Amino acid sequence: MFENIGEMLVLFWRTLMALPMTWRQRHKVFEQFFEIGNASLLMVCILSFFIGGETALQTGPFLAERSFGGYLGGIVGYSVCRELAPILMAILIAGRIGSAMAAEIGSMRVYQEIDALRTMNINPIHYLILPRLVAIAIALPMLVLFAILVGWVGGAVVSAANNRIDIPIQAFFKNLQEVVQFRDVGNGLFKSFCFALIIGVVSCHQGLVTIGGPRGIGRSVTKAVVNSIVLIIIFDYILTRVLLK
Amino acid sequence: MSAPDSNHDGVGVEVRGLRKSFNGQEVLKGLDFKVEPGEIFVIMGPSGSGKSVLLKQVIGLELPDEGEILINGESIQSPDVMEKHRMAMVFQSGALLNSLTVGENVGLYLSEHRLKPPEEIGRIVAENLEVVGLKGTEEKMPSELSGGMKKRVAIARALIVEPELILYDEPTSELDPVSAVVIGEEILKLNKRTHVTSIVVSHDRELAFGVADRIAVINDGRIVAIGTPEEVKNNADPMVQGFLRADIKRPTKNNL
Repeated sequence: MFENIGEMLVLFWRTLMALPMTWRQRHKVFEQFFEIGNASLLMVCILSFFIGGETALQTGPFLAERSFGGYLGGIVGYSVCRELAPILMAILIAGRIGSAMAAEIGSMRVYQEIDALRTMNINPIHYLILPRLVAIAIALPMLVLFAILVGWVGGAVVSAANNRIDIPIQAFFKNLQEVVQFRDVGNGLFKSFCFALIIGVVSCHQGLVTIGGPRGIGRSVTKAVVNSIVLIIIFDYILTRVLLK
Repeated sequence: MSAPDSNHDGVGVEVRGLRKSFNGQEVLKGLDFKVEPGEIFVIMGPSGSGKSVLLKQVIGLELPDEGEILINGESIQSPDVMEKHRMAMVFQSGALLNSLTVGENVGLYLSEHRLKPPEEIGRIVAENLEVVGLKGTEEKMPSELSGGMKKRVAIARALIVEPELILYDEPTSELDPVSAVVIGEEILKLNKRTHVTSIVVSHDRELAFGVADRIAVINDGRIVAIGTPEEVKNNADPMVQGFLRADIKRPTKNNL
């Protein structure tokens, strides 16, 4: 385990050192960025709408019964932007994009494509890892920003439509505006940026250390997703603790 | 990295006391041999004898546990030797990047190192594909090609580097006899045209005796015979003779 962590840190450091090459690899960054956005945007919208709605549904009736319904916008807004959107989108992207990264790099490793790159003096970190890491580090916070907005809308719609809550959309957003500050959204986006780095590094590392045939690739994909999710949850606690007001 | 020039000769390769183990199992048990510049040197041996491992060490994909590999007298572990000498490898599977077209695969070295403008890369790619008999296949994906075509694309990709040393890992494996002959002829043509040093790893006897200037036979991580094709053919070692003359014996009624 410690060997893996060490290797991932080395991979991360080498990719950071390669950052000046980003402009040269911009086409690949854009390709990856498009891939991530295209593969996930619809799913992000659906998921975040229901997350917002479900949060409102869980807390709304409880607050409304005690005449605290006016605070619902703030509660939903705050929990979606600081916690739910960043972590759930990160888990979604770990499953969709992290697995694809591990599978693609893993199969390139197994079928000697990475060796072929090395014989041509092409650094696999510049060619494969850097574009993926940069793309996911930009794309995930953008998806999370989208998820936050859609999540709020989901919360507002459910609050207005559910008879037991019955809070008008304007009142929901008025309270949300009073409670949620730009700083809270910024915290959520910062968290998602950290989660993106975790998904990118873990998945690319798993791809690079793949051995064996198709079974090895399958094993790497599973490990990439599971390890990413475990690390995301651990880092979520650490970041929440650090960013707590 | 400078642009490859078209006038180049092969490099000399010397392997001294090479040893390599994986998980405690010794695969290479002290190999010593020398390949002269411009020579086609074939390494033969049964599967699992360490041939491909040797090739990976020669091009620097793996480091030896003991011993050294010298390119024109300089160790490949010296900082700039891999930059100084152009080397290429044709992998057993071809190892084409499946996400790129044939043309992008062949021109990858030039485009990634920005050695030529895109139009010139396109022209050079077309020329190299024509050399290996695959004119007009630039836009195809590797998945659309047969095994033999993939290997020829891999050779075209290696040619782009204008290599001084080219390594072939089982170039005729999984090919039909006609495609195998085409690949053998490509190796010879390339050697004649550019005087590139070629190291070919294979257990294909026809290919080995058809292209080799010299042959080494490896068994169990050691060289058991080395010399010209004639010398190897006449080698008295039972393993060498067993390997070279291996044949299918039809069962008779008595030994069924």
